[in-house]
Amino acid sequence: MSAAPPAVRLSAAGASPSRAAKRPHVTIRGLSKRFDQAVIYDNFDLDIPRGELTSVFGPNGCGKSTLINIIAGLIPPDAGQILFDGMLLNEIKFGYVFQNYREALFPWLRAFDNIAYPLKMMKVAPAERRARTEKLVAHLGIKLDLNLYPYQMSGGQQQLVSIMRALIVEPEILFLDEPFSALDYEMTLFMREQLQRIFIETGTTTVLVSHDLEEAVFLADRVLLLSRHPARVADFTPVTAPRPRTDATLSELEFVRTKAHCLEVFQREVRRA
Amino acid sequence: MRSETFKPLLPMIGVAGLLAIWSLATWQQWVDPVLLPSPIATFKALWQGMNGGALGFDFVKTVYRTAASTVIAAVIALPLGIVLGSSERLYRSLEFVIDFFRSTPASAMFPLFLVLFGVGDETKISVAAFGAILVILFNVAYGVMNARKTRLLAAKVMGASRLRVLFDVMLLESLPQTFVGLRNGVSLALVIIVVAEMFIGSQDGLGHSVFEAQQLFDMPRMYAAIFAAGVLGYGLNLLFLLVERRFVHWSGK
Repeated sequence: MSAAPPAVRLSAAGASPSRAAKRPHVTIRGLSKRFDQAVIYDNFDLDIPRGELTSVFGPNGCGKSTLINIIAGLIPPDAGQILFDGMLLNEIKFGYVFQNYREALFPWLRAFDNIAYPLKMMKVAPAERRARTEKLVAHLGIKLDLNLYPYQMSGGQQQLVSIMRALIVEPEILFLDEPFSALDYEMTLFMREQLQRIFIETGTTTVLVSHDLEEAVFLADRVLLLSRHPARVADFTPVTAPRPRTDATLSELEFVRTKAHCLEVFQREVRRA
Repeated sequence: MRSETFKPLLPMIGVAGLLAIWSLATWQQWVDPVLLPSPIATFKALWQGMNGGALGFDFVKTVYRTAASTVIAAVIALPLGIVLGSSERLYRSLEFVIDFFRSTPASAMFPLFLVLFGVGDETKISVAAFGAILVILFNVAYGVMNARKTRLLAAKVMGASRLRVLFDVMLLESLPQTFVGLRNGVSLALVIIVVAEMFIGSQDGLGHSVFEAQQLFDMPRMYAAIFAAGVLGYGLNLLFLLVERRFVHWSGK
């Protein structure tokens, strides 16, 4: 643990000069995790930058989802420490969006009450819950009939409700585990746009696990490329394209280059096996 | 479009067909009229019996016994099922006992309950409740155990305590399966009650009515009582389905 502070400074200095002043939001030190015989993480270190959208990408089974599940406290690590601005998970507010919205939402509650549920857990009074939910919906400018039950909505609408449910607590950090992988392509494109808009609006530190490289690069400020397990950081590629990014961004030279670079790193890591 | 309009009437075809064959069989005397009375004679007996006759009284008695046993079973089995289901280890340790008695015909318990409760209503109601308890318990426990893992995690990640998860998620998750248990439970309770009314010193009830009419060779009345029992069984099932559709609106979606 004594080695932690220099490591923080080192990685902060390694980033672009404008970011040098920013302290990382999440610091992961000495993370280890194994499932049966498979060592997923072995003494793994990582800094997650503040106010940025980090995409996590890597070979199948390398532990992309495991990483955010450990950070978000869904899976206990075998060893290691994860701090959020020096605080523990139970001292901060965070949001988590599951891949399977159908099973993550509560079908017995209307969309509105689904979104407000985390406030109920924080013992916020019903009137204020209502007000805050309405404020969030208005702020995000999302047009949805929130009196519907989840099963009366399309997949994309349900996932939007999930995302709003994660945002209602005004989280310091937002985790999304392959949030669009169960949606069709048309809806995925729409949802990328929505997520980007939400990110621009709120500026919340966001960690997104994706199995789609284009999506990972399109949405990210930085793409975290992981190796096969035991996972190492193969590369932590910055994506500099200005926001809001559009369909035109996808064909810009800079974007294409970044994507090609990520693909190259990915292929190298896949072949290493 | 035309076929859509008539769709709700489709079930009536089976009913009309049955009545037609039945009428034909009695009219052509394919079956001894003493064994199979005409539909008209049967429905006349049903109408007279239900409209101020003895059958109406028997019907109410059977409804009361079935309802009482189902309510008792539900009151015991629902909380017990939730407790058992919320701890898989606890359920596994009792699974064999539950499955064993669930597989034992409840009617085999009549002599035991006769010794315990005598020949009154208590025996009938308690044997029926015994049968229904195990069916409901089994379904509730499985409903709770099979709560979607993602939903439990979602509640946990939003800061719900263990007790909160139990009441806000597990309980509601188990409701569709609980209603399966309640429907099966009430059907089983009715079967046991009717059998009990036939054979263990009953003075009333649909079972008694069927048995007595058969002893007196009053066939229209016997068929009328059988029909009344059928209507009751179907009605109870339908009632639970309607309640489920109203309160467990998300079931199967």
